[in-house]
Amino acid sequence: MIQTSDRFKEHVTRALADDDLKIALSRTTGLLQARRRQVIDEYAEYGAARERAGAIKDHTLAHLDHYLEMFETNARANGATVHWAKTPEAARRIVTKICTQAGAKTATRVKSMLGEEIGIAQALSDAGVERIETDLAEHIIQLAQDPPSHIVMPAMHKTHEQVAQLFDDLHDIAPDTHDIPDLVGSARRELRQKFLSADVSISGANFLIADTGATVTVTNEGNSELTCTPPKVHIVTAGIEKLVPGMAHASVFLRLLARAAIGAEITQYTTFYNGPKRSGDADGPEAYHIVLVDNHRSEMLGSDLQAMLKCIRCGACMNHCPVYAAIGGHAYGAVYPGPMGSVLTPALSSLKAAKDLPNACTLNGRCKEVCPVNIPLPDMLRNLRARQWEAKLASPVTKLALGAWRFVARRPKLYHFATGMAVFGMRLLSLGRTRIRRMPMAGGWVKYRDLPRPEKGSFMQQYKASKHAGEKRP
Amino acid sequence: MTEHTASDRPRVGLFVTCLVDAMRPNIGFATLKLLEAAGCDVEVPSAQTCCGQPAFNSGDDATTRAIAKQIIESFARYDYVVVPSGSCASMIRTHFGEVFGDEPDWIERQSALSAKTWEVLSFLSDVIGYHPEDVRYDGLATYHDSCSGLRDLGVRDQPRAMLANVDGLQMTPLKDNDACCGFGGTFCVKYPDISNAIVAEKTRNIVETKADTLLAGDLGCLMNMAGKLSREGHKVKAFHTVEVLAGMAGDGGICGEGS
Repeated sequence: MIQTSDRFKEHVTRALADDDLKIALSRTTGLLQARRRQVIDEYAEYGAARERAGAIKDHTLAHLDHYLEMFETNARANGATVHWAKTPEAARRIVTKICTQAGAKTATRVKSMLGEEIGIAQALSDAGVERIETDLAEHIIQLAQDPPSHIVMPAMHKTHEQVAQLFDDLHDIAPDTHDIPDLVGSARRELRQKFLSADVSISGANFLIADTGATVTVTNEGNSELTCTPPKVHIVTAGIEKLVPGMAHASVFLRLLARAAIGAEITQYTTFYNGPKRSGDADGPEAYHIVLVDNHRSEMLGSDLQAMLKCIRCGACMNHCPVYAAIGGHAYGAVYPGPMGSVLTPALSSLKAAKDLPNACTLNGRCKEVCPVNIPLPDMLRNLRARQWEAKLASPVTKLALGAWRFVARRPKLYHFATGMAVFGMRLLSLGRTRIRRMPMAGGWVKYRDLPRPEKGSFMQQYKASKHAGEKRP
Repeated sequence: MTEHTASDRPRVGLFVTCLVDAMRPNIGFATLKLLEAAGCDVEVPSAQTCCGQPAFNSGDDATTRAIAKQIIESFARYDYVVVPSGSCASMIRTHFGEVFGDEPDWIERQSALSAKTWEVLSFLSDVIGYHPEDVRYDGLATYHDSCSGLRDLGVRDQPRAMLANVDGLQMTPLKDNDACCGFGGTFCVKYPDISNAIVAEKTRNIVETKADTLLAGDLGCLMNMAGKLSREGHKVKAFHTVEVLAGMAGDGGICGEGS
């Protein structure tokens, strides 16, 4: 996906005018919040599990080189070919080379956020390989030629009415009715043969387990098993931060992930891939490749952004973010949207290219509250603003306004005089009414809301007057 | 309530937030009244300006540090610093420390100040144990939990418990009471369209409660919600919780008729 975060404001205008998007987002985020709350209330050990998960990630990240080596050794012993990719370009080159060498005409794909990050779709198309998305939501957005708008529910921006229209228009056999089960049945019919005839499968991984060399994929549709088992070649692409030391650690995360993501106790399918087909196995790929991708992750290690590498991609921060709920994922103009994306996108690209993202946040803290591994997202967003300030990337208007504020805020006498003047001015602007509807330099506010007319005199003026006069304060 | 002698009365420095100072002094005087009723000696140091949040949230750490020093100096002599805002109280209590990286003396003075800084309702409730009596407000009210107070300072049950003592006041729950109202300080100015979409959702929920009064503990959020309700033509009166508790919620409310 091409990053267009620099056109954030333009995207926002379009998103806010899109009534279907509003419906789709409010239906989904409301439901996900309610479901999450319920399963977490029922999970007595939630707090302890969250602490433990955070500690496991901190430990793994502190010894990442050690666990990466352990993972590589064990994965090789399982028969995997392990590749290292420093950049998205390198990752794409490795994947397309494997496909070309296998003579692949079609590739099925599951769990694809990292694939989006490194631009697999375009690379496959350039290499003449037909790409088939097997996740229902990914199938929908492939038909619509949209990028994903959420990391767990990539088609969150679409209403089921829009999906019905899409299937009517583009499926070989249109769905019988527009009921959701019939729509699902239609996608199943459309995809089944493609699952079975693909040459290569490409999957992401939710976790990489160092002590067994396994890659773990969770789905609710069973599409990972259908994707990764029949083709003769299976390629796993994963970020290096996906490591956990062992099986017991993975299980801590598995209990948190489904709860945080979709409000379920566990996902329907959890598969541990342990290498290619062995002699005597009924099925499985003949060749099994793992591509470990860095793409700026090692630069985040040891920096004030390291905690972002703890992210398990559950999407809870998005589901609870008021900004995400208002504008949807596409507005962020990047692979990863919402609060986690606003931290990750500048780290994976540049502060400048993603200038708006750390700023478009009310710092309300709900994302941190619901994060299953307790990533301090608001603090990190604020730290990115401090980096922007140091790099002189703040907007000229902000700089000007803040400069004036700073000048008076550090001079109490002048500040109180200025406040008194402002109160006087605002009372004039109220034109005798109790509310102000027009005010210079507050256009963004009064466009949508009234301002109260201030009382006669600031607190400081009234307080001084009453004290000096020795009167009882109002 | 405990009787205090002149000497053991807690000395409180009242931090009047910039919005309260300019836009609604009534909140400052209501806070003063409650603190005095609770047996505190209250002073309002005149060297205070703003808590520094605009600079902090814009990433301007040098200015934040300068303002923090100003506040540390003007409030050092009190037993407590009390603020009628969860957001500004949290700025002093939880965020000041983040800008003093390399000045050990100031870090020490800052942590001393942070430790004695309280949001007004949690101070009255958790520190002093004061509950106002014989207060009356006739109405059906709903309560919005402002984010910083709720998440940084744990202000959730205290205002509700104190409001339960008010005669004539009925409370009704607000859907998504813990979701941001879209104010976010500089956010509402930098991204007015997104802020509007968020506050419109909030006012929809407020109107659905059928409450005639909206209460919260932060003037920024209140001005945002009340300003939107007023623009949409709804007759919901908005007050800071302390205005009701001090028996000073007499007029039409924030952005209401007669304010």
